[in-house]
Amino acid sequence: MALSLAAARFRAAALTLPLVAFIGVTFLAPLGTMLVRSVHEPLVADSLPDTLALLDEWDGTSIPGEKVFRALGLEFQELHKQRALGGVATRVNRLETGMRSAVIRTARKLRDVNPDSWKEAVIAADPVWGEAKAWRALQQSGERYTARHFLHALDLGQDSVGKVVLQPPDRRIYLPLLGRTLAVSIVITMLCLILGYPVAYLIANSSTSKANLLLLLILVPFWTSLLVRTTSWIVLLQNQGVINDLLVAVGVTTDETRFPMIYNMTGTLVAMTQILLPFMVLPLYAVMRTISPSQMRAAAALGATFRQAFVRVYWPQSVPGVAAGSLLVFILSIGYYITPALVGGRTGQLISNLIAYHMQQSLNWGLAAALGAVLLGCVALLYCLFNRLVGIERMRFT
Amino acid sequence: MQSAPHVEFRGVSKTYDGRTMVVRDLDLRVQEGEFFTLLGPSGSGKTTCLMMLAGFEAPSSGEIRLSGRSVQHLPPRKRGIGVVFQNYALFPHMTVRRNLAFPLEVRGISAASRRQRIRQALEVVRLDGFEDRRPAELSGGQQQRVAIARALVFNPSLVLMDEPLGALDRRLREEMQFEIRRMQQDLGVTVVYVTHDQQEAMAMSSRVAVFHRGHIQQVAAPETLYEEPEREFVASFIGDNNMLRGHVRKAERDFCDVETPGGTVRAFPVHGCRPGDRSVLAIRPERVSLTKPGVYTNEFEAVVEDILFIGDHLRLRVNLCGNPNFIVKIQNTVGHSAVLEGDRVRIGWSVMDCRALPDEEGGSGPTPVNQQGTENRSRSAVDAGKPKTGRTNDSVLAQSHREDGV
Amino acid sequence: MNAHHTSRIKLQGVVHAFIVALATHAVAAPEAVASDSVTVVSWGGSYAEACKKAVMDPFTIETDIEVRLESYNGGLAQIRAQVETGSVHWDVVDLEFADLVRGCDEGLLELVDIDELPPAADGTPARDDYYEGTYSECGGGGIFYSTVYAYNNESFAGERPTTIEDFFDVEKFPGRRGMRRTAVGNLEFALMADGVPPEEVYEILDTPEGLSRAFNKLDTIKEHIVWWEAGAQPPQMLADQEVIMSTAYNGRIFNAQVLEQQPFTIVWDGQMLDYSQFAIVAGTPNLEAAKRFLLFASRVENMAAIGRYIAYSPTRRSGIDLISTHHETGVEMRPHMPSAPENMGRVVRNDWEWWSDNGEEMNERFSVWLSR
Repeated sequence: MALSLAAARFRAAALTLPLVAFIGVTFLAPLGTMLVRSVHEPLVADSLPDTLALLDEWDGTSIPGEKVFRALGLEFQELHKQRALGGVATRVNRLETGMRSAVIRTARKLRDVNPDSWKEAVIAADPVWGEAKAWRALQQSGERYTARHFLHALDLGQDSVGKVVLQPPDRRIYLPLLGRTLAVSIVITMLCLILGYPVAYLIANSSTSKANLLLLLILVPFWTSLLVRTTSWIVLLQNQGVINDLLVAVGVTTDETRFPMIYNMTGTLVAMTQILLPFMVLPLYAVMRTISPSQMRAAAALGATFRQAFVRVYWPQSVPGVAAGSLLVFILSIGYYITPALVGGRTGQLISNLIAYHMQQSLNWGLAAALGAVLLGCVALLYCLFNRLVGIERMRFT
Repeated sequence: MQSAPHVEFRGVSKTYDGRTMVVRDLDLRVQEGEFFTLLGPSGSGKTTCLMMLAGFEAPSSGEIRLSGRSVQHLPPRKRGIGVVFQNYALFPHMTVRRNLAFPLEVRGISAASRRQRIRQALEVVRLDGFEDRRPAELSGGQQQRVAIARALVFNPSLVLMDEPLGALDRRLREEMQFEIRRMQQDLGVTVVYVTHDQQEAMAMSSRVAVFHRGHIQQVAAPETLYEEPEREFVASFIGDNNMLRGHVRKAERDFCDVETPGGTVRAFPVHGCRPGDRSVLAIRPERVSLTKPGVYTNEFEAVVEDILFIGDHLRLRVNLCGNPNFIVKIQNTVGHSAVLEGDRVRIGWSVMDCRALPDEEGGSGPTPVNQQGTENRSRSAVDAGKPKTGRTNDSVLAQSHREDGV
Repeated sequence: MNAHHTSRIKLQGVVHAFIVALATHAVAAPEAVASDSVTVVSWGGSYAEACKKAVMDPFTIETDIEVRLESYNGGLAQIRAQVETGSVHWDVVDLEFADLVRGCDEGLLELVDIDELPPAADGTPARDDYYEGTYSECGGGGIFYSTVYAYNNESFAGERPTTIEDFFDVEKFPGRRGMRRTAVGNLEFALMADGVPPEEVYEILDTPEGLSRAFNKLDTIKEHIVWWEAGAQPPQMLADQEVIMSTAYNGRIFNAQVLEQQPFTIVWDGQMLDYSQFAIVAGTPNLEAAKRFLLFASRVENMAAIGRYIAYSPTRRSGIDLISTHHETGVEMRPHMPSAPENMGRVVRNDWEWWSDNGEEMNERFSVWLSR
């Protein structure tokens, strides 16, 4: 009996295995790979093992000895022959600008030579090897595990003695963008809440047929392709678009002073609010549906004004929905990519667009991964915060 | 005391869609200190009346007055009425104390006074010590008490209760009936109480208004409703009644003879009668006896079709005067237990126990009595097992019959 | 649920990689084995058209190898994605020189022995025939082109701009300006407009103060800039008068002038001279055909033939003499070439080495500046 029960339980659990495997392959594995990639950069270490091993004993300030130069020269020769030096040069260059061409130039000049003094030959190929900073850059980029990408992602740099410092304001890139992304997400969340709350209230307190119709109106855009909706906003909001034409026609503005409503932050805010609104309305509705209309009546009968009844009776009971909807919208918008890419123009870009840039254009996947991890950290932090404030088990999503 | 009634409905009508009248031209007066029950099947308009009184619905026409003042333009919060909702409508996110404090706080009552009143209110409902529980941590009966305490805590002189006991099981309900009645009498408040349960209405009320299709059929004390129903609906809805239909053949001042399919029955005309009128006769099962010939004015022979053993009494079903479900209720005494199914018996009842009422069913299409029966049964499982109305009773018999037959 | 949505964010990066892989794969599949064709990727528009007529069509006639022409907007990203995912479907790419060198160093491009390239008509080996520094270990063919700015005559009733300073002077010439959405070129223009002599531009850019100076100068016109990405856009924007002036590739403006009779004027002052070459993507399955194309495109007469269709001149010495007239209108091409003496007043030569060291950082800072 106990055995057959256990078997049944096992069979039931086995049914979830495809999903577990699916999540493992499509979610956990890539997530893990990404997190590893953000700190693990073995290319230089694998390419220059001898040089780096010798540099372990280097004092960090003087010019290394002949042995090190020889190892460097031989390894550069080999890498150049294999045409594998570009990646190394790029990575060293990230630590010390100018090292890219120096490395390539050195390797090119050292091709097919076997000098008596490697030190002289290498320094002759590029004088930068006569400076400690070049070697420091080489040594640092040779660390297999590095916090560099994270420092970069947080606009932190290391000064000459290796202390972690914040970049000067005009070099700060990611923190302001992260700040902007968070701010935009908050604004979008607030907009969705302000726009969505009354709608959800209306739906929750309508007759079934009316509620179904309203829900349909909410859901139809939800089912429409994201791209279609985003491009529709372009049609509506662009300079020669419907809204501007209308405003010019009714004389609110003139042809010369059409409002720039797209390819900027306004476009991002408008389009994203519209796209994310259902994610606010649905959890709100799910919660409000469970709040009996007699609650407000009871409050009124007990002598409360509408405001008192709302603030003290209705709102507190709708908070789980507010929290769930806000969390949903906030988390979605913090990582939103397509819409800002299409309608954000110059000023409406978010951190995810820069992640995409590093994934697709600069191909600095380590940095992209670190930025992604920072974003993940933000979301996790938020989750904890919400859990503290509202209690995740109280949230209702559908 | 000839002051204005505490609650007064004057020609109140209510329609939601402009066509169907939920409440039609209603007049009603409730005196100070009364326990007044609006009784009727669902959809009869009783809850709508309560909602209009509380201020959540506005009458389509007519006027509602509280202590002589029209409350036409008074929002619910200004009417000062305590309301106990069907599902209590306790605020789930607040403790019992906060629930009770709510009406006091919105009235700006001081903290000290609040504490005292909350304590008193909880004492009245015997829930002291539960102040810091949330509603979800209370049993159904306790929640009910909190709801009542919350409706009383701000000392309203009028309390409305909308099927407050509907969600409780039978034992608890009977207990709460006593409790509510006791509290009402202790505090001397006027209570307007809505229920579809006639037994509950009879047990608690000083007066009952029976609703049917937006009309009040009869307003009277429970005993009067039972003993002297004035309308066919009241007769069938309150307690069990055997209904016989026929035409008035002879009308006298104190009686009339009504011709039914099974013979002529002499009855007491409640509203007078004229020969040729359609009439319906209501005879309580317990007022019908097995008899020897010559004892009653109305005597008939019938075959016992079913016998239902209830315990303290037996119910015999006979086919009599066109009613195939005529019930005879006889005390479980030694002599009577000898009756068997298929026996031919003689049945009789006196003229005064047989009330002749105008036949409202004949002219008004569907049979409301039947509707009541099914509705009542579907409403609550508890009700279905406990015969209350004639039809419900019939159907119980019919059920047992089916079981035998099939 | 949280996991689900974080996954959505986190996965984005990975998803991009997948999309790149899928997209390249999907496109690659149908043409994977067509060894009698070669896919050449160039910059689109009238320049690609010129290459097609001058080089690709004759190549097909001579070798019977079909050329598929695709276009892109520069950069190594797509090549890198193809090479790293192992699904190469571009065979030959027309690359800006800085990208060419980087791609070559990183092994993204096939090596081409300079001595294999065809010699000049008089027998001078290609090694000596190319101008100093205009060939790389991976390149073939090659043209000089220039980023200049141009305006539509109809946008100016009175005084017209004549210098790079005028481009940055919004008080004197109010109106919107077009600029390429990239750091390269714009920083140089900004410094020259700020009074830096061309030969000192990169020296100044190398210092933090100099870089700030360039961005500060760009700031002064930032609100007036319309950004373009494809080389075909500026002539269109000028024709529509969406902008009053725009930086552009000189050849595109020339073609608009002679072929479409657009009333455009090129301002050669402060031009940035640049050169590009064809290169073969490493690991292409059509290596044979690609190499034949590259050698064909490196013949001096073919390099010079491009100059009959668009105002770009060959990067080989012996090619200069072959520049003649426009194939259709008969216009003398020499004065329209960036290297014509009268156009060489104030010229900055693109320092590809500086850009290959600083490109990554510059682009990052540029995109930050852009979004600010």
